[in-house]
Formats: sequence, C-alpha cells, structure tokens
Amino acid sequence: MSGAAGVPARGEPALNEALLRYVLRLADTSLILGQRLGEWIGHAPALEEDLGLANLALDLIGQARLLLTYAGEIEGQGRDEDALAYLRDAPEFLNLQLAEQPNGDFAHTIVRQWLIDAWQLEIYAGLASSADTRLAAIAAKALKETRYHHRFSSGWLTRLGDGTAESRARTERALASLWRFTEELFAADEVDQRMAEANIAPALAGAARGWNERIEADLRAAKLARPPAQPHPWHGKRGVHTEHLGHLLGEMQHLQRAYPGASW
Amino acid sequence: MSVSAQGALAEQRIWQLLAEVPDPEIPVVSIVDLGIVRYVRSGADGRLHVGLTPTYSGCPATAAIRSGTRAALDAAGFADAVLDEVLAPAWTSDWVSPAGRAKLAAFGIAPPAAGPVSCPRCGSLATERISEFGSTPCKAHYRCTACREPFDRFKCI
Repeated sequence: MSGAAGVPARGEPALNEALLRYVLRLADTSLILGQRLGEWIGHAPALEEDLGLANLALDLIGQARLLLTYAGEIEGQGRDEDALAYLRDAPEFLNLQLAEQPNGDFAHTIVRQWLIDAWQLEIYAGLASSADTRLAAIAAKALKETRYHHRFSSGWLTRLGDGTAESRARTERALASLWRFTEELFAADEVDQRMAEANIAPALAGAARGWNERIEADLRAAKLARPPAQPHPWHGKRGVHTEHLGHLLGEMQHLQRAYPGASW
Repeated sequence: MSVSAQGALAEQRIWQLLAEVPDPEIPVVSIVDLGIVRYVRSGADGRLHVGLTPTYSGCPATAAIRSGTRAALDAAGFADAVLDEVLAPAWTSDWVSPAGRAKLAAFGIAPPAAGPVSCPRCGSLATERISEFGSTPCKAHYRCTACREPFDRFKCI
C-alpha cells in the first residue's frame, strides 16, 4: 500500500511514523471534541446555540474525516477513516485530554471549546504553509472554519464572564477545572520536534505565544482572571487518557463493535 | 474532427451537464453556480477528470454531490470520467457565480457579499444577525427589522 494516492514516498520510516502520530493527534482531537459537542443536540439552552454547537461538531468531524483518511494512507495498512474512528481502543487515541472532558454545563462546554479553538487557530495557521501539501490543504480549509468557531466561543465567554453573578461563577468554575489540561497544548515532545524540524508543523513555542496573547485578550474582554498554571504531565497525545474517554468511545463505537461493517 | 476538438466538445458537454446537477440542500442552485466544480479537463491518463471541492469540511451534502455528479456523468455516457477531490485552494463563497447569487436571492437566501446584508424579501438594509449558524453549514440566520421576516444568509467564507 506504499503507493496510496496523494502520499509521496517518504523513505524514512521514523519520519513517517512521527507524521502518522502527528496527524492522528490532530484528527482525534477534532473527532472527540465533535462527538462531545454532538451530545448537546436537542439539549442546548436555546435553539440557536443548539444549531451553533451542532454546526461546530459537523465541521470538527469533517476535519477529522479528512485527517483520519490521510492517517490511514500514511500508515499503509489499509485502515480507512471508519476503521480508525470505530475500531481503536482508548490508549490508541491521541487526542488532547481537554477534548474528552465531559460537557458539564454550558459554561464548561464554552470554556473547553474556546481553549481548543484558540489552539487550533495557531496550529492550523502554521500548518497552512506546511511542507506537507496534503496537511496544508486540510489546515487551510479548517482554519476558515475555526475562525468562526472562535468567534462563537469567545463571544459566549464574554457574555458569560461579564454576565450575571451566576454565569460568571459557573465560567470561573469551568476555567478552574479545565485549566490543568492546557499544559498539554504546547508541551513539545519528540513527535512535535520532528515535525517542526521537517517544516511539516509549526514550532510549538511560537504557537504558544500566539495562543497566550489571544487567551489574555479574550479573558480581559470577559473580565475573567487567568488561573494559575497547574502541572498535569499526563498527556492524551501520548495515549494517556482520563476515565471519560472510554465512556465516550463506548457510545461512539457501539454500533460498529456490535455489528462490524454495518453501513447505511 | 480532431481528437482535441472532440475533447473540447466533451468538456463543454460536461460543463452543461453539471450546470443541471442541483445542490442537495439548496436545489435552486447547481454545483457549477456554487463554484464546487473546479475543472473539467483531460488527464495524463487520457480520461476526462472532473474536479470537485467540498464547501465545508463537514458538509453532509458532499457525498450526495459526488454521487449526483457521478450519476449525471454515467447517464450521459461519460462513465469513464474520473472524479477528483480538490482540497486546495480551499473553497470560498467568492466562487459563487453571479447567476448563483441571483438564484439564491430569488429563492429568499441573501447571497454572500461584503457590506450590509439586504433583506431578500423587501430589500431593506435594516437587517440583523440572529445567529452565525443556521440550518446548513453554509448559512447564517438573520432577520429584517423593516418587514420583520426572518431569512437565511449564505455565509461569506
């Protein structure tokens, strides 16, 4: 399967392996966050927000499909997007732990979304000029979508943070509870370093600066304080997950596990 | 007739065919009107290639557009034509044709354009956005404060 369409011969197995892991990290973060947002359908506080969250979920799952398809081609073992989404177990998922955290209340969902939107803005902007043209094309498209995702989440962050005493208290609780998962966003490991050296992915130090500036500006607009840094060295991108991922996968994968190969 | 003249005729015929393939979500416009068809040309393999680009990464209509295009090509004797998925450059609402914009407006959907949004029903510019999200990924939800009608706007992206 080394001749799969669109995948240039890379020749160097270690680089190929790092690229596979990198693409799976991006794909899984979008997929798992999209699945979480889907849980809101029919339950959001207002119809417009229900549609908004569903639209975000749709974009994220669409991004995940493009990325998982590419990952399957890089791997070259014949796995397609469905095999990768439905037939892997929790330790094989490489999404950020932040993405798998439960929805909680609306403020909790908005804070989680906003933190990841700001991260995706930096990562996709860097990837849009990637030396890997396939990844560049997927990122350029996803970036356009992420811009309005961030408008949605940062707009709500302001309304909730600078809203009523109740909305503010809930947003502060969400920030305090989710902040530890942000350590992972820019903690570069050997995969990140290898991708940056090959000009495939942006260096995480630069992306972290952009993210921090945006986060600070959004927090000021919402009149919220940045929580203190909380060490949390267990990283989803290395396959270490919180107990929530297994439950999410149980629901997401049930049909394909119970009826392998079932299709519409 | 030369081979290249035959090829040009076939390309022209395919453009005409695709101009009749409706968007599954907004059937008043075709996939050509929306700028989804990026090219019709002969490839190095000697076969005709049709380039389709998805509008939004997760647009559920993408698969239906592909199968609608396939069916139109097959029915017209172009079963040999190849469908390519084109990701770059990313689709933009700037590619919606003038004819497509006119059809959207006539159907009651404000077409994508810079500047103030005009109500597709009464033409007033006294409009406001209710939500950046609507019934499909490509539309936002607006209302007109003059005639009081809600309407969809095709998003600028």
